[in-house]
Amino acid sequence: MNRFLFGLLIVLVVSSCVSVKEYQKSKINDAEMALSARLSERNELNFQLYREGASGANGGKSGGGCGCN
Amino acid sequence: MVRLNFSLIATLIMIAFKPLTGQISVDSSKYVNRKLKVDEINFVTGYYQQDGNNAAVTGGIGDEHLKDVATTFNLNFSKYDKNFNKHTLKAELGIDFYTSASSDKINPNTISSASSGDVRVYPSLNYGFINESKHYSLGGGISFSNEYDYQSFGSNLQYGTWSKDRNREFSAKVSVFLDRWKVIYPFELRPPGYGTGGDDGGGNIDFSSRNSFNLGLVYSWVVNRNFDMAVLTDLTHQRGLLGTKFHRVYFNEGSVKPENAPDKRTKIPVGMRANYFAGDNIVLRSFYRYYWDDWDIKSHTASLEMSYKLSPFFSLAPSYRYYTQTAANFFEAYKGHDISEAYYSSDYDLSKFNSNMIGINARFSNLDKKLFLVSMQTIELRYSYYKRSTGLTAHVMTVALTFK
Repeated sequence: MNRFLFGLLIVLVVSSCVSVKEYQKSKINDAEMALSARLSERNELNFQLYREGASGANGGKSGGGCGCN
Repeated sequence: MVRLNFSLIATLIMIAFKPLTGQISVDSSKYVNRKLKVDEINFVTGYYQQDGNNAAVTGGIGDEHLKDVATTFNLNFSKYDKNFNKHTLKAELGIDFYTSASSDKINPNTISSASSGDVRVYPSLNYGFINESKHYSLGGGISFSNEYDYQSFGSNLQYGTWSKDRNREFSAKVSVFLDRWKVIYPFELRPPGYGTGGDDGGGNIDFSSRNSFNLGLVYSWVVNRNFDMAVLTDLTHQRGLLGTKFHRVYFNEGSVKPENAPDKRTKIPVGMRANYFAGDNIVLRSFYRYYWDDWDIKSHTASLEMSYKLSPFFSLAPSYRYYTQTAANFFEAYKGHDISEAYYSSDYDLSKFNSNMIGINARFSNLDKKLFLVSMQTIELRYSYYKRSTGLTAHVMTVALTFK
């Protein structure tokens, strides 16, 4: 059920996109709207890699490079 | 779930390549400075401290107290060539210092052994090529990491493309890590004549490999002028020594052995980020991830951060993160394993648990303060408190500075 809802959400969002012109992107281009982890989250991503079984798909490592996950 | 993930990824790839069929235009009249210049300098330093009573070194019981100071520094250069293509170079150096109460128990007879603390050094270098007129980028990089019992050599290749209006972007990154461990056993479990692996010469010890192969895919798009989203995945396959041999496992009939994990692991995480600019002052940053691996760990991660812009120069962002996972199929608590089992671990990082993390991030931006030859642009201060249902707690404090 959760997988279905996740897939449905993706389809709905992709199909609802509108074309946004460059001059309309003052908010989208705001630094806090960046679709990535903050620079200051780096150490949190690092300890989560050690302390939790899951990793990846969040901007941090997904395995390898350290004696951790 | 696997079938769903692959069909989803295939659809996203098809959508991502669609913009390449669009019209291509070059504005050759545009003036571009072709000199090599420093684009950005980032400095991040943080302090991490944890406490708990499930140390894997002592079989799932014992002090987990650990402190870590991690600092990274990177320089980002760029240069335009005669065809207006952009070349970027990112050089980074990271250094971690840590002390660990549980690692000190590899040999409990020493008052303070080499394993109680260590330094990890990890430099990396990445090159990028960006063709703005044809809407694509290529890149590659190498990395190295060294700590007393672990060495890693990494390399990666990247590709990116985006639509003409830059409302949709797709990127792919292939990474390979070829890692090498010193196989260190707990003091009482070392075979006769086996070395310590420490700084005292180490003696005769074994080395083992751990190789990791990652494919990262990101598709992002602008939904409307206030809302953007991204779907991410990092498909990972690992081979080699994936357990930690100085972790003890106590069996229900009283014997003790070093941890033994399977020598293969495949991980499939799928994540989604969605950011929404509400009104004029609030940015909502959200993240969700589903994770599956063939050790039977399944997890959900969800986080939400609300950034409130108190002025054009200052924002404050409280955040909350929830995480839950199922246990690996070879995890048991202290004295929970049967001696007949092929794989065994009492590492609580592989147990069933959930965790909550709350934090706050303060961001000072557009500072433009001259410091020697560069100008400080941004300061971020962040604090988070983490609590796991197993009893482990942690504090993380970070300072991040950006110069241009």
